[in-house]
Amino acid sequence: MRTMRDSFLSVLHGMMKKNEKIIFITADFGAPKLDQIKNDFPDRFFNVGIAEQNMINTAAGFALEGFTVYCYAIAAFITMRCYEQIRVNLAITSQLRKINVNLVGVGAGFSYAVSGPSHHCLEDISIMSTLPNVEVFSGSDPFIAECFADYSQKKTGVKYFRFDSSPLPEIYSETLSPDLNLGFCELASGKDICVLSTGVQTGLVREKVKEMHKGHIDMFRLTDFNSEELIQVLKNYKTIHCLEESFRGHGLDSILRTALCDTNIKIVSRGCIKKYIFDLGTRDDLHKASGAYIDL
Amino acid sequence: MQCTQMSDTNGALNTGTLEEKASWIRRETLKIHARAGGTRLASSLSPVEICTALYYGWDLRFKPEEPLWEERDRIIFSKGHGTICMYPVFADLGFFNLSELENVCRSGSFLGSIPDPIIPGYETVNGSLGHGPGVGAGMALALRLKKSLSRVAVLCGEGELFEGSVWEAFMFAAHHRLGNLTVILDYNKISMLGYTEKIVTLEPLPQKLESFGWEVHTVPDGHNISDLISVLNKIPRNTSGKPLFIIAHTVKGKGVDSLERNPLCHVATVSPEEIEKLLGEKI
Repeated sequence: MRTMRDSFLSVLHGMMKKNEKIIFITADFGAPKLDQIKNDFPDRFFNVGIAEQNMINTAAGFALEGFTVYCYAIAAFITMRCYEQIRVNLAITSQLRKINVNLVGVGAGFSYAVSGPSHHCLEDISIMSTLPNVEVFSGSDPFIAECFADYSQKKTGVKYFRFDSSPLPEIYSETLSPDLNLGFCELASGKDICVLSTGVQTGLVREKVKEMHKGHIDMFRLTDFNSEELIQVLKNYKTIHCLEESFRGHGLDSILRTALCDTNIKIVSRGCIKKYIFDLGTRDDLHKASGAYIDL
Repeated sequence: MQCTQMSDTNGALNTGTLEEKASWIRRETLKIHARAGGTRLASSLSPVEICTALYYGWDLRFKPEEPLWEERDRIIFSKGHGTICMYPVFADLGFFNLSELENVCRSGSFLGSIPDPIIPGYETVNGSLGHGPGVGAGMALALRLKKSLSRVAVLCGEGELFEGSVWEAFMFAAHHRLGNLTVILDYNKISMLGYTEKIVTLEPLPQKLESFGWEVHTVPDGHNISDLISVLNKIPRNTSGKPLFIIAHTVKGKGVDSLERNPLCHVATVSPEEIEKLLGEKI
């Protein structure tokens, strides 16, 4: 199994070979594949230290000068430690100037299961998706992470990519390629019940949902997805369960309710109850403790 | 001293000394405040001579008809809302029409109480403090990669030095030897609730900055244009070396006695009647 970050960084390495306008900035956060970027492009690789605010501000400076920038850090910190810098110098600025800045956050949800609430990242979908001019993506497998890398270079703008830290099984492939403009993929069709999941949970429940002959949708684009197409698919089900590692009412469930507000489609939140989780254990234990699971 | 930049587009004041230019800018800033009381007057009066020196007394590269000209020097107004004095400067230089000054803060105008890059001449979004040095450092590093000799200067107030992000940027700029980056401090000693030194001690600033790896120059009278230009002339067109920090000691509300004597002048307004009276005097 591969991690999403290494898959993304492998593609990015190839892009950096061809495109000298790509800059990589890390807030002292690494990955096996990152060493290759650091060694092969030392003049375009910058470690700002544990200084996320400065990472975003320098990224804005590079982007205003026409560079395509990648910022890389732990998901909880690349979104919440420097939120104001993202808002002012990326989200607001990008409405007036063409900039291409890509925020790659590793450690979505309960990725760092035993590190406690400071490292759990349950608020990022809410706060990042509320920013105008910021596209939010939530990856579910290594293949889609590669697709994100390709998209990030081609599409100018500010983007946030939410990656799990663990190696994950492959879901997509050349024969089942995710459509990033559509924003979701119906992995299985079924009767009455549909599980709509994002991130790591797509892979975790995939087999079980299939066995039970329920519908399953992987949602990998959380802003600017094709809501009309999504409504057409969801109309076929009686109940939609939204499974995510976010606080209930403040994550994908809330985004979907807004998108579906003119329909009769109801969403059942299967995210986390609104409490920080200090329990230790496996990812599964934390899902049980937080309520972010579904019994089929 | 004579102006080095002459505007012929608006015909506002394209001859005379730099001191006369500064006086004109101060008067126009007062007039703007008389029309738009929401503008921050006191903090826009302290950097008048700094802005005059930058735009009229130094070899700053810019093209008013092409604000984002690739070879321009980049000036970032990190203390954005305290730079309403730049509205008359940009209008005078031809970035936009002088008549726009009549419409500040009015519906349909692009000149608000806090300037943003919708205004030709402004590089970054303003209003939130402490961002300029970091964005400027990124720009300076980018310009070095582009092998450009354009310079980056960031105008800060000392109040925003309380922001931690500023010191992250100071460390970063020194580490990368950004000789093409200069920070100019409009050191007017007062933020919203009074004297900054009484809020949280900033001094000894020169020693702090030198220990952070910056070359520090102090201008004891930040309203003396000749002294400011002498220091600005020390800024090289180098892409590598110590970044430069210019500490310009200024007076908040300079030129308006009621503001100069008021430690709470940051949010103080001056009535149109009082401004009318001031305009009849030598300021």
